[in-house]
Amino acid sequence: MEKEASLGGRVSQLKHYFPKLCPPTCGLEINYRRIKDNKHIKVLTMTEVQNVAGNPGDYTVTVKTAPRYVNENCTACGECAKVCETEISNEFNFGMDRRKAAYLPHNMAFPMRYVMDPSMSTDDRDKVKQACKYDAVDFDMEEKTIDLKVGAIVWSTGWKPYDATRIDNLGFGRYQNVVTNMMLERLASLNGPTQGKIVRPSDDKAPETIAFAQCAGSRDENHLPYCSYICCMASLKHATYLREQYPDAKIYIYYIDLRTPGLKYERFYAKLKEDKNIFFVKGKVAEVSEEDGTGNINLVAEDTISGDKIRQTVDLLVLATGMQPTAAVDKPAADLTFDADGFIVNDFSKGGMFAAGCANKPADVVTSNQNATGMALKAIQTLVRR
Amino acid sequence: MDKKYGVYICTGCGIGDTLDMEDLVEIPEEEGLNCTTHPFLCSKEGVALIQKDVDDGKVNAMVIGACSRRVNFDVFRFDNCIVERVNLREGVVWPHSRETYPALTEEQKDDEEHFDRIQMKAEDYIRMGMIRLEKVKLPTPYLPESFSKKILVLGGGVTGMAAALDAAKTGYDVTIVEKTDALGGYAAKLRSQMPVSAPFETLQAPVADKLIQEIQGYPNIDVRTGCEVARIAGQPGEFTVTFKKPGERIPFDVPFPLPEEMLVDETGKELDPEAAHAKFLEYNEGRKDILNLDPDGELYGAVILAAGWRPADLSKMGIDHLGFDLPDVVSNHEFEQIAAKGKIVRPSDGKPAKNVVFIQSPGKDEDDADFDYCGSVTSQVALKQARYVTEDYTDGKAFVIYQHMRTPGLQEYFYKSMQQEDGVFMTKGSVTEVKTQGNGLEVTAVNTLLGENLALKADMVVVAGGMVPVTKDDPVVNLAYRQGPGFRDNDIFGQYADSNYICFPYETQRTGIYAAGAIRRAMTIEESIEDASGAALKAIQCVESANRGMSVHPRSGDMTFPEFFFQRCTQCKRCTVECPFGALDDDAKGTPKANPTRCRRCGTCMGACPERIISFADYTIDSIGSQIKAVKVPSEDDFDEPPFRFLALICENDAFPALDMVGLNRIDYSPDVRFIPVRCLGSVNTIWIKDALAQGMDGVILIGCKHGDDYQCHFVKGSELAEVRVKKIGDALSSLALEEERVAFVEVAIDEYDKLPKIINDFVEEVDALGPNPFKGF
Repeated sequence: MEKEASLGGRVSQLKHYFPKLCPPTCGLEINYRRIKDNKHIKVLTMTEVQNVAGNPGDYTVTVKTAPRYVNENCTACGECAKVCETEISNEFNFGMDRRKAAYLPHNMAFPMRYVMDPSMSTDDRDKVKQACKYDAVDFDMEEKTIDLKVGAIVWSTGWKPYDATRIDNLGFGRYQNVVTNMMLERLASLNGPTQGKIVRPSDDKAPETIAFAQCAGSRDENHLPYCSYICCMASLKHATYLREQYPDAKIYIYYIDLRTPGLKYERFYAKLKEDKNIFFVKGKVAEVSEEDGTGNINLVAEDTISGDKIRQTVDLLVLATGMQPTAAVDKPAADLTFDADGFIVNDFSKGGMFAAGCANKPADVVTSNQNATGMALKAIQTLVRR
Repeated sequence: MDKKYGVYICTGCGIGDTLDMEDLVEIPEEEGLNCTTHPFLCSKEGVALIQKDVDDGKVNAMVIGACSRRVNFDVFRFDNCIVERVNLREGVVWPHSRETYPALTEEQKDDEEHFDRIQMKAEDYIRMGMIRLEKVKLPTPYLPESFSKKILVLGGGVTGMAAALDAAKTGYDVTIVEKTDALGGYAAKLRSQMPVSAPFETLQAPVADKLIQEIQGYPNIDVRTGCEVARIAGQPGEFTVTFKKPGERIPFDVPFPLPEEMLVDETGKELDPEAAHAKFLEYNEGRKDILNLDPDGELYGAVILAAGWRPADLSKMGIDHLGFDLPDVVSNHEFEQIAAKGKIVRPSDGKPAKNVVFIQSPGKDEDDADFDYCGSVTSQVALKQARYVTEDYTDGKAFVIYQHMRTPGLQEYFYKSMQQEDGVFMTKGSVTEVKTQGNGLEVTAVNTLLGENLALKADMVVVAGGMVPVTKDDPVVNLAYRQGPGFRDNDIFGQYADSNYICFPYETQRTGIYAAGAIRRAMTIEESIEDASGAALKAIQCVESANRGMSVHPRSGDMTFPEFFFQRCTQCKRCTVECPFGALDDDAKGTPKANPTRCRRCGTCMGACPERIISFADYTIDSIGSQIKAVKVPSEDDFDEPPFRFLALICENDAFPALDMVGLNRIDYSPDVRFIPVRCLGSVNTIWIKDALAQGMDGVILIGCKHGDDYQCHFVKGSELAEVRVKKIGDALSSLALEEERVAFVEVAIDEYDKLPKIINDFVEEVDALGPNPFKGF
């Protein structure tokens, strides 16, 4: 069950995985294929859990499916998008561009089917209906609520980027050239708002100096007290995106600790250390303001080793915002235990329901993938034990 | 199977608008095949129409000319039928529009001057689809003769125990093999463990005893301590395992392959297979050949490799400035042993060690890396051991000097709690020296957070050593495989047992062997236990696939397997040597034995075989070769200036989806290229390239995954081998007076659909500049 219109989740917004710098779509492709091939897997998109009742081995899950306004006839030919004039904010790209109200979630969507946004104008509704040769558009679709009987549940509800507007001192939302790490990911992606060209939002200028503020919200009692696990490696990865496009750009990474543990991550970090135009500064960005007229960002940080106060002006500031469990924002109606941060705590003695990946703890893709395999087995055990 | 052919062509999604359907339908009809068109073939009515023909016994082998095989394959699935999808949508009409390539007028149609490049491509694809139907068959699954669902766990530490428990709880029989005399592994020797749950403040009692007790409650777990694996022979589903006492020498100890320098005679000539085998037996005297199955061996279905790690030997790391030769400078491992015995005392004189300095990085201010094989575990261990000091002595003081405190995720809370701990001091810094000072030690460090250089008096110094996977020293799995007992090319993973570690966790380069715990990467106990569950599921999936004749990941469910026409085998051993998974074992004469359940069905053996005797039910040298021959190569007999013709052999896993994306985005590229998806570029046999050129095609391009240390090839070595083969083909071409540039190899990732059109067009242009293939028209 997936809340969005396509499977894939957070990783479908990424250009590359660290440390291999390979595209996530490669792994998605193979998993989509396996899911389609497997008669034991049924996929429900645009669907959310309303309620979970019952006990391990015997749950009733009430789920609600939002109308897609497109049925199985859709061949993804795209004629609807051609005629549709209504545009909506493109949330896949964090609102950095707009898309048609008749849209394919993204070019590796699963299912490969269009979605009609409810905000579409009446005029457009008529036009898209007429444009569709396959009778796939159906505005009479309604929200559906159904009950599913299941024996075990795996919660892989993932994470959300921490809301950067809440980190007041870092200027996100006030200054256009302060972006989040996930926004940078979209800017660098070929299917993103700039077709993969990393430019600064205010004036589409190629950035020459870029700063990364690590732990933007993470390891911070006022925001997320824990470490978000991925942001150090993500920023190092982003430095490779920038380097590929801008061979001479200067990149400053402000950190508390660089958390690149283990052989593979240390190797990745070691490679970046060879780049003489990447500067690692131990210190936290404390203040941010905008330079008059240029859109440049002034930042103030303290170098915790020298004790010096650093003042720097950069073209682009990237906030390495952390991850917040989706359940912290949108708590599922089920008999689960949550920790103070909203992560689901697994109770293996009770069984029945298991959290996998970032629903359970901050983790990278490698760990989430491995953890999901294990939780699938725990779920199967619940059924075997009955 | 008595094949009854049918061709179905969809005219929807722009296909009918772009193509001349009458001409297209003529292609199958000329061959006497029934061809049906439908405006919306993937609709219920369209599918029902095909299903009716199937039910009526009219068709069991069909070409479906519609969208890419990547979409709607669940819709166009007809039981017991061969379905060939011809990609008219993403492959023909979407990238190539009538605006760019106008349709021919009636007058232009047969004037020997004009040609319709889109229509030609579509017609070729239909021909290629039809011939493939003729050449392939439905697979009959391979079922092993003897079969076991038992799971063997190598290693009785927490990872092994947790994996065994998880498999046992799911209903499988498990054997745990542990080299030492007791279960528990490293975890049983600890004083305490790191905290694992909120508020992450108190150390935990070691969990090993609890697991040992729990195992006793499971009669389906067989524990063998003081035991190790001499060899694992055979294949998933029917591994024959010989156990022995550690250190014992027995005939079924696994033999090692001859080192490369021994494979040649005194003159440097390669030994013939029989001489090489005789030498191999001599080299392994006292050990039986891999193909001798131990009659007393025990049968297992899959193996979980949980053999863990050993502490790094810090004396060999060139860290003299840390005073590692001083008795009171110890590794974190040695410190743990001291702590487990009781209060912390100095090794030199047994006096209480109340001031302890923990060094996390080599320092000397050269680099901020940790010691080799460290991970976040090492940071957390330092925090834990710092706590031991304050636990043991109310006036105890622990100093932790780190470059980066690595407590990711929720472990940050443990770090926070230790920051509040009285008597614990932590700073970033580079240690410059450890030396004797009075009756203790002195540690100096620079670049600390305390703003100045630091000189600390200490009773003891603890250096954070890493966790070295045991696969660094020894094959451990002891596979009786011709390629050798361990994993190949593991140096790129620092000898961790690993492969496509992001998307295919647990998979090693040997099918049916799933690695878990610290043998994969440095992990905490909690992480290892969690990791074990996943490995248990992978092992279960393996036995449950092998028993149905299905491939495991990544071609899950594939029921084909390599079949050999042995009469023509020349015992060249290439298939055995090149298989990325060591699936093949050749015998004394060099004849390969297939071991189908070890196989991942990539077809690298088929690509390697110079005699072309290896095939899969639905994927053969002839099936692809015939598709190539089905491409019409226009010559001067047809047109005044005939268009060039190119062949692209394209990896179906990544490059082919990227090409679909090109179509989806309606990006044009040369319509003169015919694409044939292949299972992996490793399966490309050079005969296909030669065939294509011999029939007058002007160039051949191979498009596959990135290889190298960060390989994206789903089959590890496939694209790398293909590139080697392409390079070698150059000589053969020049003997035919053909330019090397007519054959190219490129790497494309699945997301590089923006680059693909340019790659194709550049290749086409380069060959155009060479002029037509001189063999054209012969």
